[in-house]
Amino acid sequence: MPESPRAMHDASLEVSLHQPGPIPLAADFHCEPGELLALVGPSGSGKTTLLRAIAGLYRPASGLVRCAGETWFDAAGGRSLRPQQRRVGLVFQDYALFPHLSALANVMVALGHLPGPERRAQAHAWLARVRLEGLAERHPAELSGGQRQRVALARALARSPRVLLLDEPFSAVDQVTRRRLQRELALLREQIRIPIVLVTHDLDEASALADRLCVLHAGRSLQQDVPEVLFRHPASPEVARLLDRHNVFEGEVAEAGGHRRLQWGPWRLEVARGLEGLAPGQRVAWYLPHSDVVLHRRGRPSLGERENPVSGRVVEMVVLGGITSVSLAFDHAPDTLRFEISTHAARRNALARGETVQVSLLASGIHLMPRGDTVATTPRTPT
Amino acid sequence: MDWTALSVSLRLAVGTCLLLLPFGLWLGRALATTRGRGKPLVEALVALPLVMPPTVLGFYLMQSFGADAPFGALWQRLAGSGLNFTFGGILLASLVANLPFAVQPIQRAFEAIPANLREAAWCSGLSPWQTFVRIELPLVWPGIVSALALTFAHTLGEFGVILMVGGSIDGETRTLAIAIYDRVQAFDEAGAGIMSAMLLLISFLTIGVVYGLAGRRRWRRA
Repeated sequence: MPESPRAMHDASLEVSLHQPGPIPLAADFHCEPGELLALVGPSGSGKTTLLRAIAGLYRPASGLVRCAGETWFDAAGGRSLRPQQRRVGLVFQDYALFPHLSALANVMVALGHLPGPERRAQAHAWLARVRLEGLAERHPAELSGGQRQRVALARALARSPRVLLLDEPFSAVDQVTRRRLQRELALLREQIRIPIVLVTHDLDEASALADRLCVLHAGRSLQQDVPEVLFRHPASPEVARLLDRHNVFEGEVAEAGGHRRLQWGPWRLEVARGLEGLAPGQRVAWYLPHSDVVLHRRGRPSLGERENPVSGRVVEMVVLGGITSVSLAFDHAPDTLRFEISTHAARRNALARGETVQVSLLASGIHLMPRGDTVATTPRTPT
Repeated sequence: MDWTALSVSLRLAVGTCLLLLPFGLWLGRALATTRGRGKPLVEALVALPLVMPPTVLGFYLMQSFGADAPFGALWQRLAGSGLNFTFGGILLASLVANLPFAVQPIQRAFEAIPANLREAAWCSGLSPWQTFVRIELPLVWPGIVSALALTFAHTLGEFGVILMVGGSIDGETRTLAIAIYDRVQAFDEAGAGIMSAMLLLISFLTIGVVYGLAGRRRWRRA
C-alpha cells in the first residue's frame, strides 16, 4: 500500500485490509469527507466485516486504516486503536439500542466527552435534529422501527465522530419509512462533513444515496466508481453480474476491411471504444446496457437502424406496469439479450413469444471487458 | 421454636448470597462471553452439585476439610482451626453446593445480551468497565435476582451437605432444617411443625420480594 501524503493531513478515510482467512479480505478503498461511499455486494461478501474492522471491532491479519490524519490500525506497525479511541459513529443493522435506557439516555451514553451538565441539553438537541422531539423518554421497545433507527443515528453522531458507518441501516423498516429515512440521510449529509460509509446489498439504494460505489465479492474490492460509470462500464463480467447487469456476452476481436470489429456469432459489431488495443483473434467479454438496445419497428426500417443490426427470437416478455422487459435468444449464444420498451410499444409492434425481431446494438454502448489479469480496482480518481 | 437455629440459617443464607454473588457474576459472565475449549468442563463442574446427592457432596467436602486432606491442612495452617463442625465449614460447603444456583441464572442473563450492545457501548466511548456497570449490569439484573432468590431459598432448605460437614451443634451448625429433623427424631411434632411453617413462610416471602424487585422494570427487550 503506497503512502498517500494527502491522507495524513485531511479528514478522509483510507482503508486497506488484507488477510487470507478465516474471513478472506482484500479490500482497498477510501472515502473523502462529505462523501458517501457504498460498499455493495451479496451476503457474505465481507461488507460488515470491513465496517467492523474500521470501527475497531474486528482485527484483520494485515492492513491499514487511517482516518482524519490518524492511523487507527496498522498491522505491520503493531498499532490498533481500541473502538473507544477511534471516534467512530456506527449504526448497527438492528440498531443495537440499549433496551433499558430511554431514547435520551441512549444518546447521552455517547456524550461522555462533554461535561456532565451539557450532556442532557446536547442529547435533546440531537434528538431534535433527527426529528424525535417529544419521544425522549420513550424506551426502544416503545418506538417504531424508523424511530429506533433515528435514535441510533443520533447516538452515532452525538460523539462527533470522524467517520459515520452505516450497516444496512434501512433493512429493518418498511418501504415507506425506508424512503423517508433515505431522504433524511441525504439531507443530513449536507450538514456533516465527514466520510460516510454505507453497507448495503440494495443496489437501488446504493446508487440513489452514494457518491461512489465499491463492489465487493468474497472480501475483495473489485471496482469502485460513481454509479453511472460503474453501471455502464463494469470492470469484469463478475462485477457486471454482482451489479445485476444482464447482457454480458463473449465475442472475438476481428479485422474486416481495415477496421476492428467484434465478432459475435454471425455478426461483426462496430464498437465505439476499446477495440484498438486488442489483437485480432482475442476472446473478449462485452456488456451492453439494456438502454442501448434499440428495437426496429416492423416494416419501417430507418437510417439509424443500420447500426449493428442483429435478429433474435423473443423467449420471454415480462410486463411490469408500463414497462415490458423483453429477452431475445440467439442460436450462437447461451445467454439472452434483455432490453426494455414501453408496454404500449410492445403491443404496437405485436411482440410475442417465439417471434423473431431485429434490434440495433448501439456501438457507443458496447463495453469491452478484456479477460486475463485485469486490474481489480479502478485507480483512485480525484473527486 | 428454635430461634438460635433460625439465626444460624439466616446468617448462613445471607453469607452465602453475599459471597457467591461477585463470584457468580464473574464466572457467569466469563462463561457467557468466552468460547474456550475448557468451557464445557467448567460448566459441568458448576452443575455437578445439582445432580450429586447432597450426602455424597457433603461426604467429599467433609473429607477434604479434614486435617489429613491437603485443603483441610492448608486451612488449618492459615486459619489456625479446622473447618468441620464449624460455621465457617458449613458456609464454605454452602458456597459449593449453591454454585449452580448462583452461576447459571447469571450466565443465561449474560448470554441473552446481544454482542452488538457491548460493541455499541464501546463505539459510544464507554470503557469495558463502564459498559459492564451501565449496560450489562442493568440488563442482567433479573438474572441476579433469580440467582439470589434461588441461593437464599436453597441454603435455607439445605440439609444433607450441612449435616455431613457441620453435624448439629447448637448455635454453630444447627440450622433450622436440621433442628426440624432433630425435633421429629425427638417425637416433638408440634415443634417441628412450627419451625417448618416458619421456614415455609420465610422462603415464600424471600422469593416474593425478589421476584417483585425483578419485575419492577419499565423496559422490555425491543
